Amino acid sequence: MKKINELKMVFDSRSVNESFSRMAVAAFASQLDMTVEEMGDIKTVVSEAVTNCIVHAYRNTIGKIYITCAVFEEGIVRVRVRDKGCGIADVEKAMEPLYTSLGGDRSGLGFSVMESFSDKLTVRSKPGVGTTVTIDKKIKGKVL
Amino acid sequence: MPVTIKTKQNTIYAYLKGEIDHHTAPELRNTIDDAIIMNETSQMLVLDFSGVTFMDSSGVGLVMGRYRLASSKGKKLRVDNLSERDYKIMKMSGIEKLAQINKVKE
Repeated sequence: MKKINELKMVFDSRSVNESFSRMAVAAFASQLDMTVEEMGDIKTVVSEAVTNCIVHAYRNTIGKIYITCAVFEEGIVRVRVRDKGCGIADVEKAMEPLYTSLGGDRSGLGFSVMESFSDKLTVRSKPGVGTTVTIDKKIKGKVL
Repeated sequence: MPVTIKTKQNTIYAYLKGEIDHHTAPELRNTIDDAIIMNETSQMLVLDFSGVTFMDSSGVGLVMGRYRLASSKGKKLRVDNLSERDYKIMKMSGIEKLAQINKVKE
């Protein structure tokens, strides 16, 4: 695949940044001339991944969230959301629909939603080191 | 306010506005929960999503939590005017087995 453009950003794991980060990634990715639906899909997956960093990775603390968004000539958007937080001991368990380690008003659907609105989802995690979530989204609209 | 509460004929209507995510959900939750607790005689809670411009799975958590509180007070829950996307996210939770959920009318 041939990368045509790339965005990198680093921001604090404060919940007020959830809106900013999904908007920024969607705005950057929109150079691929996507539909409103596809832009909504990107906003949704970024929102879920960033919320996981804030709620789980940096629970009770503030850390940095690192996002890379690359657009490829083939019409693919790749978003990577990385943290240096607590990590996930059992990724398979964490990805089960409706599973949540927190309870309260957490639905346990974060990874399910990310899977549902993307074409490929990869989660790499190491307890005590951090988590990297990589999401590929194929844009069916016109390619630049 | 990102939510407006109206009561009519034993029904509480909560009209949600703007974006629902983990950051905005607590304020919505508190306002709706106050309305559920204060309106003892109401038998129904309607969450109206017509003013919602974005929602992630935090919106599902918000609805599930309100369902639990409303049920414990003997009230039913209905969710109205969900966008196609929000309806799809809502259904991942199985909430439609517990409460009526309706898409926005075309």
